Amino acid sequence: MKYSHLMTTAFAAGLGVAASAVAAQEIRFMCYSDGNECEVYDDLLTQFEAQNPGVDVIVDVVPYQAILENLPVQLAAGTGPDLAKVTDLGGLNEYYLDLSSHINTDYWDASFGDTLDWYRVGDRQGYYGLHTQLTITGPFVNATLFEQAGVEMPGDGATWEDWAAAARAVTDATDADFPMAMDRSGHRVAGPAISYGAKYFDADGVGSFEGFDAFAEAFVGWNEDGTMARDVWASQGGSTYADAAQEFINGEVVFYYSGSWQVGRMDEQVGDFFDWQVVGSPCGPAGACSGMPGGAGVVGFEQTEHPEVVAAVIDFLAQEEIYAEAAARTRNLPAHLGVAAAGVEFQDASPAAQAALNGFAGDLPNVSPIAFAYQGYAGNRAMFGITVERLSQAIVGELSVSDAMARAAEDLKTALAEAN
Amino acid sequence: MLKIVSPIMRIVEIPMLALQRKLGINRLAWAFLLPNLILFGLFAFLPVILNVFYAVTGGDNVLLADRPNVGVRNFASLLDCSNHFDPNSCREDKFWRAVWNTAWFVTLQVGFMVGFALLTALILNRDIRARGFFRSVFFFPVLLSPVVVALIWKWILQREGVLNAFLDWTGIGGINWLVDAQWAFTWSVFISVWAHMGFYTLILLAGLQAIPRDVYDAALMDRASAWRTFRKITLPLLAPTMLVVLVLALIKGVQTFDEIYAFTGGGPGTATTFIIQYIYERGFAGAPRLFGLAAAASLLVAGVLVVLTLLQLRVSKENADG
Repeated sequence: MKYSHLMTTAFAAGLGVAASAVAAQEIRFMCYSDGNECEVYDDLLTQFEAQNPGVDVIVDVVPYQAILENLPVQLAAGTGPDLAKVTDLGGLNEYYLDLSSHINTDYWDASFGDTLDWYRVGDRQGYYGLHTQLTITGPFVNATLFEQAGVEMPGDGATWEDWAAAARAVTDATDADFPMAMDRSGHRVAGPAISYGAKYFDADGVGSFEGFDAFAEAFVGWNEDGTMARDVWASQGGSTYADAAQEFINGEVVFYYSGSWQVGRMDEQVGDFFDWQVVGSPCGPAGACSGMPGGAGVVGFEQTEHPEVVAAVIDFLAQEEIYAEAAARTRNLPAHLGVAAAGVEFQDASPAAQAALNGFAGDLPNVSPIAFAYQGYAGNRAMFGITVERLSQAIVGELSVSDAMARAAEDLKTALAEAN
Repeated sequence: MLKIVSPIMRIVEIPMLALQRKLGINRLAWAFLLPNLILFGLFAFLPVILNVFYAVTGGDNVLLADRPNVGVRNFASLLDCSNHFDPNSCREDKFWRAVWNTAWFVTLQVGFMVGFALLTALILNRDIRARGFFRSVFFFPVLLSPVVVALIWKWILQREGVLNAFLDWTGIGGINWLVDAQWAFTWSVFISVWAHMGFYTLILLAGLQAIPRDVYDAALMDRASAWRTFRKITLPLLAPTMLVVLVLALIKGVQTFDEIYAFTGGGPGTATTFIIQYIYERGFAGAPRLFGLAAAASLLVAGVLVVLTLLQLRVSKENADG
């Protein structure tokens, strides 16, 4: 009797454990924030959890560095999360979960168009990523400094040289420290480089630095003559990212080339200190006036134990109503064509921020097709890193511009040969 | 107490006696060493073996099964130079820049650090006022995390940092310390000496205090000068401790990474990129992740460290014998 009682209790306990294991489908979402993205997703996903009892989506907020450095190693070792917010869109394709069998592909095609291609590589042409955050690079300008200096701001179609001359004139007439600054990032220089004639692909569609020299010469020259804030590129080593947002916020920089993800920060931190505005990417000698598109997206991974739940989570975030709410609350440009067409009333955005975001959105048609292709190229992270390392060496005088470009070409050859 | 311990010991004794009967008394030592050997094998020996495997394979996959064998190609890439003193002539120029930066850094940092640590230890060994306080002051930076050290000095040395504010106030005018290659390197050496000197001072102080007092008393009676006493008594008797300090400082110097990486990121350009940062960037920070190249570089560094340590041990043995 005692034995039987014990067995019954053990059986019941076992059933309980098994039942809870079946019921609790825990999904881990590795997320980084440029502003408040993870917080907003976490909030939105509580709606998903309410609609799907037994599913628990845990949003693990990590630094951006962890997405760049730790996530690929975790995925290679088979210990990655179920889904993540990534920026190396094509580079991690081999690990992506194909969502096609779990989603309405017609809706996705109609809603996300070309951005779906950024997550596709070679034969893997499925549906992998929800582009949650469309970004475009472009300049922020300190309008108050222009006004104080009595210098007229260059208009539409102005070239990089026009802006450099105007920014120098403003610096000479005011207390500003630097005419121009650009983030230390291979992604950030891509738009201007294309405007100067960089092709980024050879005839076979393989990554290449052909045509990059003209921009490299100009950029190194600007760093040497004080047009560009040398601190940003020269005070770091390797391919470490550095920005000049704080210098711009402090009113030290006249023209700051960064991107749409900085709007929130500018809005909050500049306040009434000075008037700032976003202008379109300047034009280059090659005729283009291109910025660089980019951003981040949410992807699922094949190694998940719950592919259908992961796909459902991503599809939930892709629904127009949810997507529109996320875009409004995170103040990010939408990649969802329906949401973009309807227009987004960005939450808590000042008139300056709203104008800036509209300014960036208005510059999207000027983005070169090369820039779109480069953003979706699987080898772009390697090219970004090489660009930063070798350009920095030219800026500090370790290499001449031509030697730096020759080294960059060699580095790329090695990287492409080693990458699978 | 014995009443409690004895029964416990008897319980322990039963399996021990059985083991001794099975293995024999000579082989019983291996049974005691086994747990440590397993841990050493797992956490020290296995990673070295894995490192060798990575060094002779290519591609950017983490799993060894997915990595093609490339033989000595990674070593050949690293060593391919027409002139090893000119990194620009090397195929893997960043490796050689890091090698020469590390060589210069170790020479200057170890030299200054051991010199200042000895001087500080000699002063702190004297009967000075507030000796305990000064010992704490010199040791304090050792307790700081490398990242904290880097951030403190970055705040001091950045363009609008404390030092430049002071120089501006005095009318001298600030210098952009971290954008100039020479200055960035010089400050890297200084900060490293500042952060680690206390540890070596403490070791040398212990060495100084171990020198018998009566030897100095005898020197005093012989009217030996302070300099002669230092040269003929202190230095020879401190030599074994100095050797330990030198070996430790040398190995630590070659391994320098965290505080300089947080301080300058290896820049400007590659001016403060040292060999461990090179390995980190090739293996983990860059794209694609060149684990093979990183592993090959780390084996070369390990080889150099082993040779240096053996050389130092040999010199010390010759000194002791001779």
